[in-house]
Amino acid sequence: MNAPHDFDTRQAGRPSNTGRRLFLQSSAVAGGLMLGFHVPTLAAEPTAAGATPELNAWVVVQPDETVIIRIARSEMGQGTLTGLAQLVAEELDCDWSRVKTEYPTPGQNLARDRVWGSFSTGGSRGVRESHDYMRKGGATARAMLMQAAAAQWQVPVSEVTTSQGQVRHAASGRSGSYGQLAAAAVTQKPPADLTLKDPKDWKIAGKPYKRLDTRGKLDGSQIYGMDLKMPGLLNAAIKDCPVFGGKLKSFDATAIASKPGVKKVVAVGDSAVAVVADTWWQAKTALDALPIVWDEGPNAAMDSAQIAAMLKAGLDAPEAAVGQRQGDVPAAMAGAARKIEAVYSFPYQNHATMETMNATARWTPERCEVWTPTQNGEAALAAAAEAAGLPPAQCEVYKIHLGGGFGRRGAVHDWVRQAVAIAKAMPGTPVKLIWSREEDMLHGRYHPITQCKLTAGLDAKGQLQALHMRISGQSILAGIFPQNIKNGLDPVVFQGLNQGGTEGAFGYSVPNLLIDHAMRNPPVPPGFWRGVNLNQNAIYVESFIDEIAHAAGKDPLTLRRELLAQSPKHLAVLNAVAEKAGWGKPAPKGHYRGLAQIMGFGSYVAACAEVSVAKDGTLKIHRIVAATDPGHAVNPQQIQAQVEGSFVYGLSAALFGEITLKDGRVQQDNFHTYPVVKMEHMPQVESIVMPSGGFWGGVGEPTIAVAAPAVLNAIFAATGQRIRDLPLSRHTLKPKVA
Amino acid sequence: MAQLQVNGKTVEVDADGDTPLLWALREQLGLTGTKYGCGLAQCGACTVHLNGEAVRSCVRPLSSVAPTDRITTIEGLSKDASHPVQKAWAALDVPQCGFCQSGMIMAAAALLKDKPKPTDADIDSAMTNICRCGTYNRVRAAIHLAAGQVNRKSIAIRLLDPNGSEA
Repeated sequence: MNAPHDFDTRQAGRPSNTGRRLFLQSSAVAGGLMLGFHVPTLAAEPTAAGATPELNAWVVVQPDETVIIRIARSEMGQGTLTGLAQLVAEELDCDWSRVKTEYPTPGQNLARDRVWGSFSTGGSRGVRESHDYMRKGGATARAMLMQAAAAQWQVPVSEVTTSQGQVRHAASGRSGSYGQLAAAAVTQKPPADLTLKDPKDWKIAGKPYKRLDTRGKLDGSQIYGMDLKMPGLLNAAIKDCPVFGGKLKSFDATAIASKPGVKKVVAVGDSAVAVVADTWWQAKTALDALPIVWDEGPNAAMDSAQIAAMLKAGLDAPEAAVGQRQGDVPAAMAGAARKIEAVYSFPYQNHATMETMNATARWTPERCEVWTPTQNGEAALAAAAEAAGLPPAQCEVYKIHLGGGFGRRGAVHDWVRQAVAIAKAMPGTPVKLIWSREEDMLHGRYHPITQCKLTAGLDAKGQLQALHMRISGQSILAGIFPQNIKNGLDPVVFQGLNQGGTEGAFGYSVPNLLIDHAMRNPPVPPGFWRGVNLNQNAIYVESFIDEIAHAAGKDPLTLRRELLAQSPKHLAVLNAVAEKAGWGKPAPKGHYRGLAQIMGFGSYVAACAEVSVAKDGTLKIHRIVAATDPGHAVNPQQIQAQVEGSFVYGLSAALFGEITLKDGRVQQDNFHTYPVVKMEHMPQVESIVMPSGGFWGGVGEPTIAVAAPAVLNAIFAATGQRIRDLPLSRHTLKPKVA
Repeated sequence: MAQLQVNGKTVEVDADGDTPLLWALREQLGLTGTKYGCGLAQCGACTVHLNGEAVRSCVRPLSSVAPTDRITTIEGLSKDASHPVQKAWAALDVPQCGFCQSGMIMAAAALLKDKPKPTDADIDSAMTNICRCGTYNRVRAAIHLAAGQVNRKSIAIRLLDPNGSEA
């Protein structure tokens, strides 16, 4: 949602003492200092970047040749930290083995007129929306180093070259390292014109370099928000009203006052209560024993059946927001020789990040500081300031590596507000709030629930003449950014179903096409969940295309190729998986294949799944071949890792994932009731990364969407069963009789 | 006050006997490499070694741990991340967010001690840890690599070291 600010070379080139001084806190994170032992504050001494002046907001070169690259987006496992650093290092022409990274803070960004642009890390936008201004940051710094060398050697700047952190003048044989030249380069004027490298000339970007952040994840030294230590730190556990929209009526603090370690019991907002104690285990144990009375409010009787009925009514409602309309669907349907209709549904999902929500806050009447894993530091700062009752300039957020994000830690910072509210009740004392897994499951921002009715009209020859796709269900924007809904239309609902465009164009050519949405918003808080609405849109479309193929007696690949004739990039990824998977050739005995393709988050993706179904109904997903065309591939190995990982997320939802409600409460409170894909379920993923150039697409999310429909189509091939309501665990599979 | 042997040292822990070993490690001893994920032994993020065996420390009350029991956490698995499992993990760039990886590595190390040449089925049954980022393919490959069942070149994951050489 946040557009990045344009790169401002005037600002970037200006050495800033203020900025430098402000840098010290984030430096602690990147410099490998354990936050547990080094609590960053504004009063502390500079660390990683130290007293070395910056070349610009993105680049600091230290005398010992260390290159510090600043990363505004968050690292949550998706590899953005490494990929963005590669792009800057590429333009800088530095020695990759000397690169370190650090996070600027949201407060610094605010103080420097948002010189780092957006901090938002979601929508697979980390690289594709910041590559331009970050590469320019690297290129500007390189130009200043060249200018400094040329001035020193009294030669024209056009005669000096760079490579591996060295500036050279071939004619005189002179050379100087970036570390030697940096101090002089800082005073150079940034060039007005910059030409970025052609990606075909990349030497660092585009290569499968290892991640920069692996070491600390091998020996337990990587600090996550949950691991923070600081002097005088207290710990808090919290319970919010288990019924959405309910309130806290009363609690009896005296009942737990004598429990070990308990310091305070705090009402948080109007719906939650927290216990603060020396340790988190003490806080949690005391909270479990705390007598609490809830006012369950208007949703106390709500359940999943009511929500399903509400959505079902939307499938045939006369009013709906139109996402795409081609031709005249009603007329074409009326004239169709044959009609096919099917209704699908996709349930609520929880993000279930491995690290539950947590934040550490310290509040005084003058200042509020928050340490938290967040996908959007600036949004966290805004939430902290509001909860603190202080202007943002008197607040700061220090980002910590995330133990998973997947969208939960991006748009809404409910846990930050809670942590600040608790800290506000204990001025001057740092308090770490950790959600229990149960709290995390009951108070998610859930992947929205939808149903979808698809109707196809075929002519006498079996050609698809008309398609109506009616989506009924929840709008994420209505729940989070209602100001972005225009004329009742939530554009995010139509991910992958757009008429053209660069984000998610619907690839199939259908002469008469209507895609519309009847918005139905149950009182369950929705959120952006990795892959967002592309996930179920791909299931609906790609399963139904298979249904049409079956009805028309066509091979699913043949039909897709016909309908994608005008969409060469969609077709290319589909053909790539079909070829590698051996579509049309005999599969191993008892194995069946299924296909899916879609465009989302600016990239083209396709998958071919190969499954078997045993006599007892056990499904085995043997392999999935996946292809991605992201335009440019900044780190092919990280893309492969994202594709593999995305399938775990997509298949977890398809196989098991379902959040249901009873008596106004979420029924799944931990991993035993919300199972996810484990090692034993995991197929071998064969990833094809096929960047065709000319555009920048995301990679963290798009392939999630094709995992489930490819598997569902393979299941149909294996069993003849068309699974239309997920998860799969609701169904008993029966293999076809051979 | 309980006495424990953790990573080769005898330590005193000031916590109630019903405190899970996980929280004593994290909050009393400051060993935060062992993670809280579920509290119900469902996810394995809290896996440590108890006398060489992988256990889920979130459901192990301190009262059930004897002073003579040897506890090893991720911090004590090796010096400088030099355990074969850690080296294989580094070779294949296994972690993504990394939160589950301490538990994964501890479970894998215990598996290899028990079964030096594990089959895929052995891995499926021993490695029941949850990873939401989806590192399972690489975890499996790294276990086989650590076991010496495959060589690095046969694994279709091309990576470069920071100096640009093939990893």
